[in-house]
Amino acid sequence: MKVRKNYNLILGISLAGVMMVFMLAGLVYTPYDPEAMDQALKFAPASLAHPFGCDQFGRDVFSRVLQGSGTTFFVAAGTLILGGGLGALLGMFTGYFGGWPDELLMRFNDLVAAFPGILLALVFISILGPGKYNVILALGIVFIPSFARIVRSQVIVHKDMDYVKSARLMGCGRMRILFVHILPNIKGTLFSALAIGFNNAVLSEAGMSYLGIGVQPPDASMGRMLSEAQAYIFTAPGSVLFPGLVIILMVLGFGLLSDGCNI
Amino acid sequence: MKYLAKKFCTLIITLLAVSLLSFLAFQVIPGDAAVSKLGTGATQEKAAKLRREMGLDRPVMERYGSWLKDFVQGDMGESYTYSLPVAGMIREKLPVTLAIAGMSFFFMLAVSIPLGLLAGRYGGRLPDRILTVCNQIVMAVPGFFMGILLTCVFGLMLHWFTPGGYVSYQESISGFFGYLVFPAIAIALPKCAMGVKLLRSSVIGELQQDYVRTAYSRGNSPRQVLYGHVLKNSLLPVITFWALAIADIMASSMILEQVFTAPGIGTLLVQSISNRDYPVVQAVIVLIAGLVVVVNFLVDLLYGVIDPRINMKGEG
Repeated sequence: MKVRKNYNLILGISLAGVMMVFMLAGLVYTPYDPEAMDQALKFAPASLAHPFGCDQFGRDVFSRVLQGSGTTFFVAAGTLILGGGLGALLGMFTGYFGGWPDELLMRFNDLVAAFPGILLALVFISILGPGKYNVILALGIVFIPSFARIVRSQVIVHKDMDYVKSARLMGCGRMRILFVHILPNIKGTLFSALAIGFNNAVLSEAGMSYLGIGVQPPDASMGRMLSEAQAYIFTAPGSVLFPGLVIILMVLGFGLLSDGCNI
Repeated sequence: MKYLAKKFCTLIITLLAVSLLSFLAFQVIPGDAAVSKLGTGATQEKAAKLRREMGLDRPVMERYGSWLKDFVQGDMGESYTYSLPVAGMIREKLPVTLAIAGMSFFFMLAVSIPLGLLAGRYGGRLPDRILTVCNQIVMAVPGFFMGILLTCVFGLMLHWFTPGGYVSYQESISGFFGYLVFPAIAIALPKCAMGVKLLRSSVIGELQQDYVRTAYSRGNSPRQVLYGHVLKNSLLPVITFWALAIADIMASSMILEQVFTAPGIGTLLVQSISNRDYPVVQAVIVLIAGLVVVVNFLVDLLYGVIDPRINMKGEG
């Protein structure tokens, strides 16, 4: 991976980095109480004290967006750890060892592909009920097959390469070959898939929360904020535009990062 | 013919598996259908009686069999919330979703083919760079936010349509399509961006092939080479994406129907999930998944028509 002259990567790292700081900050700190209502500040325009203005209940939009992006990060990170982690492990083992587990996984993959991503997540939500942890569980399960497929195809390419053969001749164990030799060589693809997965998780969480069946109050969520603020787009454009803008910047940053990794 | 038969068998097996998976998923819900139907008035005896009437005491596979038989014959059960036949509820709302998805798919093709060719032809130069930047930005916009923006610009500022003023197709066909074209565009835009990106790289790859040089040396103009030779060859990888996009369009339609308050099956699904109206949820999900499987089957057949190199005899 050459970093110099790879403008996608440079821009992606910077933007994703800034948004990452924003999201992590939202997990621990907000300038105002995101739930505090103040009738005097109803639909207040952007000012130094309230950089994104206030919403229909006089709540500080900046604090709410900050907290909402914290929740988004929590959900997306949880989804990646669950779905990306399990999916990558599954893909590595089935790709390397082949045989009937591999065949089974691929058939199962075909089956799951028939359900559009968010639809499958909605099935799980309708069974488990809404809420932050259930969204993570639902999206995580939905993401497993796609990660498994990407990693599997890479492992299959690499397992017959000369460096793996020579490692085998030198007497390396299977686990050592998989994790010490093959894994570092497929990290570009893996990072790229993780960045795309992060974006999909962010967009799915926002969509589900917008529908009212994702993250539930008191957890803040930008999707829910958007669905509540939508009616007031003229009176308080800030409470619609800023949450939307934050989501766009997040997805843009990680999208560029993914493109940059994938060279 | 052997290829067709093989593909057709796979189609049937996949459809069965999809329906079984959806059926089983709703069997693990804590509390069963009899209790949810009785609501708060449920007692042990009442529940046991209703369970027997509904046939819930039979083994799972037997219930799956009879459910599937009814489903194929158009009997999708009865909604818990409204006590109406599910099939009727779906039939009433399906045209809205199909109109959105259809227009969205058409829009995606109409925009991404010319723009993809343009970006590929000028690979690395100004038009390509502008398009690449636009693509990155459009791909980052969540569908429902795009919907809100379109409502704001075309509904509230330009007054091209009344936000929330859905017109049913029985009232006015042009009003119906005129309203639903906006959610369709909101769904299609991110897909267009992805399509342009894929077609661009495919065209750039094809332009370096020998046959392009041959075509030029025979006196063809750049336009003739692009449309007559390169387009057909560079479409194959993009068609795969378009086929996958159909599933995605159906899923996005769920969300955009909410933004534009259009009463399609997405709205029905979301309401039913909130009401825990499982027969409706189950039927909608099986229907959409079935639709996606059938469309993918048709696309597979289309491959064979477009690219004769794909083995139609089923050998190897």
